[in-house]
Amino acid sequence: MVGLPSRHRSLFLLGGVVLLQLLLLAVQIRRDSQGRLIRVWTVGAVSPFERAGAHGISHIRETWNHYFALQNTSRENEELKRENGALKLQITQLQSKASEADRLAALLKFRQTNMDVPMVAARVIGWSADSTSQAIYLDRGERDGIRRDMGVITPDGVVGKVIESYKDTSQVLLLTDKDSGVGAMLVDSRVQKPVGGTGEPLLVMKYVSNEDTSVNPGDRIVTSGIDRIFPRDLPVGTITDIKPGSTFKQIRVRPAANLERLDEVFVLLTMKPLMKKDSAQPNSATPPAGGPSAAATSPALPEKP
Amino acid sequence: MNDTFDIRSSELHIEVHKFRAGAIIFATAFALVLQAFLPIYFPKAAILDLPLLITIYFGLSRRNPSTGLLLGMAIGILQDSLSGPTVPLGLYGIAKTVIGYLASSIGARLDTEHPAARFALTFAFFVVHQGLIALTRRLLLSQPEPWFTMHLAVAALVNALVAVFLFLLLDRLRRPS
Repeated sequence: MVGLPSRHRSLFLLGGVVLLQLLLLAVQIRRDSQGRLIRVWTVGAVSPFERAGAHGISHIRETWNHYFALQNTSRENEELKRENGALKLQITQLQSKASEADRLAALLKFRQTNMDVPMVAARVIGWSADSTSQAIYLDRGERDGIRRDMGVITPDGVVGKVIESYKDTSQVLLLTDKDSGVGAMLVDSRVQKPVGGTGEPLLVMKYVSNEDTSVNPGDRIVTSGIDRIFPRDLPVGTITDIKPGSTFKQIRVRPAANLERLDEVFVLLTMKPLMKKDSAQPNSATPPAGGPSAAATSPALPEKP
Repeated sequence: MNDTFDIRSSELHIEVHKFRAGAIIFATAFALVLQAFLPIYFPKAAILDLPLLITIYFGLSRRNPSTGLLLGMAIGILQDSLSGPTVPLGLYGIAKTVIGYLASSIGARLDTEHPAARFALTFAFFVVHQGLIALTRRLLLSQPEPWFTMHLAVAALVNALVAVFLFLLLDRLRRPS
């Protein structure tokens, strides 16, 4: 009470004494639902500060998180960008693998459909270094039974023929090469004419006279087997354009196989005819024929590298 | 403690009285005992609040607010202690603390020796005391205590009347100046 005027001193004393007795009362009085009054008062006195403190801390935390912690956000952003890039790459890889799986499934189905035909599945491992020639390299060679002039196909159609066979690799001349050719015939009219490459994506059907009216755009062309490289009835392509020439018609053919994007191919080890592609469709698929003997002569699909 | 000293305020001359040794303690104890036992034999005596009268008297006489409120607090707490279980400690304590303070403060400014003044002040203090009791009961105990009743008015009159005579008796406990 030092420093207080005497008349105020007693007022402070009065306040203190009354307060003490109020506390004494509060300790004794019990509210039915809330316990002792001192507890009610204490909670009532403290809870506003607690609420204010909690609100303040929440506000500070929000402020910190939204403003001051942005440097962490920036770092997290960088990390997320890196992670996003990695995930995109992973997605691309997975999409590629899924596509590859689809492709391999199609190859497997084709292979199972022609179980009795000896053939070797091979993976394309390179393209010709010379841009003027259309050739590819396969990862299978003499060890796998591949020899020169063997036919190379995909489930879609004719690809080309083996022009060189090495120990573990082989070189295939694509149908689009200007020196390439295959004995072919029109599916509907059964007219047999050779189909060759020009060095361009489209093939040409040769020696069809201008007077021949049996050839029309959209006609499908298959192998005739006359070249003794490919068996009969393998898809070669579809006529897309016909123009009259000086003596013969200029007939352009779109290859049945996608020769610009080859990943896996089959090398035919024999001239034994394959099942027609139409009959190899899922709706008309027949159980694999040939049995174990054919399978034994046909190496399985190449494993992924 | 000084025997007597003067408080001069605005040309007012007021004496501060001292009492014989143990007078305050004796009077307080006696009042509490009477307050506890009288209603047993004289039920209507319950209308008296002797501890309050003692608080008022010594507050008016001592004229020191600090002493007055502490005395009021002590008397009130003791009265609470002697009351039933429904009266928590501090109920009368708070009321008598305030009354002790008010009585001391007013006693320091007014001449409270006249019987009429004593009657009026006691009446007023009794009403204020009951008002404080009612306020405390309403706010803290949630008891519907009425602010004013005819019984309260009668009790105030009776206590004021008793106070006039009681204070004369208590004056005899003063030390001669």
